[in-house]
Amino acid sequence: MEKTMTPVLDVEKIEQAGNPVSGAGKSLTAKRRRYGEIIGRGLAFSCAAAVILITLAIIYFIAVKGLAIFTVNGVSIRSFLLGLQWYPDRPAAQGGPLVGAATMIIGSVLVSLLAVLLSTPLSVIVSVFMVEIAPGWGQRVLQPAIEILAGIPSVVYGWIGLSMLVPFIRIHSGGQGFTGFSLLAGFLVLSVMILPTVISVSADSLKALPGQWKEAALALGSTRWQTIRMVLVPAARTGIITGVVLGLARAFGEALAVQMVIGNTREIPHSILSPIMTLTSAITMDMGYTIMGSMWNNALWSMGLILLIMSFFFILTIRLVVKRGMVK
Amino acid sequence: MNNRLADRLATVMFWAGALLVLLILGFLLGYILIHGLKDISWHFLTSPPQNMLAGGGIGPQIFNSFYLLLLAMLITVPVGLLAGIYLAEYASQSRVTESIRLCIETLSSLPSIVVGLFGLLIFVNMTGWGYTLMSGALALAVINLPLMVRVSEEAIRSVPPELREASLALGAARWQTMWRVIIPSAFPGLLTGGIIAAGRVFGEAAALLYTSGMSSPPLNFADFNPFSHLSPLNPFRPAETLAVHIWKINSESLIPDVRRVADGSAAVLVLVVLIFNLSARWLGRVIHRRMTAA
Repeated sequence: MEKTMTPVLDVEKIEQAGNPVSGAGKSLTAKRRRYGEIIGRGLAFSCAAAVILITLAIIYFIAVKGLAIFTVNGVSIRSFLLGLQWYPDRPAAQGGPLVGAATMIIGSVLVSLLAVLLSTPLSVIVSVFMVEIAPGWGQRVLQPAIEILAGIPSVVYGWIGLSMLVPFIRIHSGGQGFTGFSLLAGFLVLSVMILPTVISVSADSLKALPGQWKEAALALGSTRWQTIRMVLVPAARTGIITGVVLGLARAFGEALAVQMVIGNTREIPHSILSPIMTLTSAITMDMGYTIMGSMWNNALWSMGLILLIMSFFFILTIRLVVKRGMVK
Repeated sequence: MNNRLADRLATVMFWAGALLVLLILGFLLGYILIHGLKDISWHFLTSPPQNMLAGGGIGPQIFNSFYLLLLAMLITVPVGLLAGIYLAEYASQSRVTESIRLCIETLSSLPSIVVGLFGLLIFVNMTGWGYTLMSGALALAVINLPLMVRVSEEAIRSVPPELREASLALGAARWQTMWRVIIPSAFPGLLTGGIIAAGRVFGEAAALLYTSGMSSPPLNFADFNPFSHLSPLNPFRPAETLAVHIWKINSESLIPDVRRVADGSAAVLVLVVLIFNLSARWLGRVIHRRMTAA
């Protein structure tokens, strides 16, 4: 991409042709430099290759462990993904173990979708504010604020949710036996956690818009609001959607903050005040207490594989959105 | 509705949105610091935690967090920097480069719990180390690597091309130019990016639960032999970090003063992250001024 912007210098050719020191190729320093060049290049390349290797290793090992439940334990993919029953250690006399992850899949999907629904409008408003309404103020005050928000560790979000939000929901839920640990607490915590992601990606795409578009819209007599609503936000939609998908990915994969506030009950929630369980919270809680290779443990690895596949899905979506956005 | 009025109302809405975000941040920081700062004392910061009784501290956890961060950065910085150099300097528009970029994107969007699972499988079980600081450091390195590569590539690319050309024209080789000219002038960017990356993993917990573990063995802080079992410097011992500690005491602890310990720990964690963030900005500014003015 940017390669074309820097003038192309064929360093090797220059060195060989016109360079008095290395051109000779016989002096000791020149030789040493030549080796240094080769070693340096090799080192840099091997580190870049390490990135590929690590990624492939993660995919391979998680996939192998995650597929064991289907290949070793003989559970059908359908019953794993759609099954509502979770009795991973039920003895054979009572009908054998059952691992249906549907309640957890539903939990994960619900909590992250609701978080994004709540977070997106506010994020778009704030990113427009930072770029269009008050750029100076946005740069000086909001930018650092958002960076700090992004830097707060997820356990701290979880702890605030647990010590403040959960009791608050319990007290105000009308005393019908709700504990406060709920879908509501989960998506409220997540919606704050993903704000920085969505805001900064949307703001970047708004900043990248050509200034003439705005000027043209204003010159045609539009008010600022009309310009924002009909020109700027639609033009930046690729970036905004990218931000939203990244936020969704973050919410879907978040483990501890969610686990601390959702109550972790394997049931399909019937209201936003009911407790839920997510894929990540199941992995977090049970991985330490199950034996490697047992059916229960294998089911947890399969949930890890679902998380991995979902993150591919999110990346793919972003790539598609960006590609589409460029064509239009 | 008349357009003027709609415009006014919209402006109010934008201001309200921005203020709401600031309010949320102010509230979160205020909540953590007001509840936590009163629990922080020298005793709390230095003494070991209690299993059953009240009055425990977080000394070993603080040490573990910093030590783990150091180990992780020792792995991440060289690898990330070299990979960044490759992408900025050597890589052409080839399939290989494209796949490196795709891998970075994939790695950076992986949930940290998945990296933790990978760490459990490779750095804990396959190596036979068990829960150790080293396993945790490797898992953190995997999490941090994509950010470090991006930071390095960007910092290197932002160096003006004239510097590079001048160096090459003077007869310096490419690798010499990189180390003697480009890296020094990209240093402020590298440093601030590195500190921000460090701040990010300082609070990481999900990837550490099953790599560096949830227990902290008794440590002897006078023992500086890194091979001794009691030495805090031994990288092959289990180590619970501050962030993991907050999670653990909330989920399975028997101490009666969970609230106090968690409040204090959260405040320490947030303060450290704030210090990282502010120092990165400040250092970046200072170095930039020195390098451009002097």
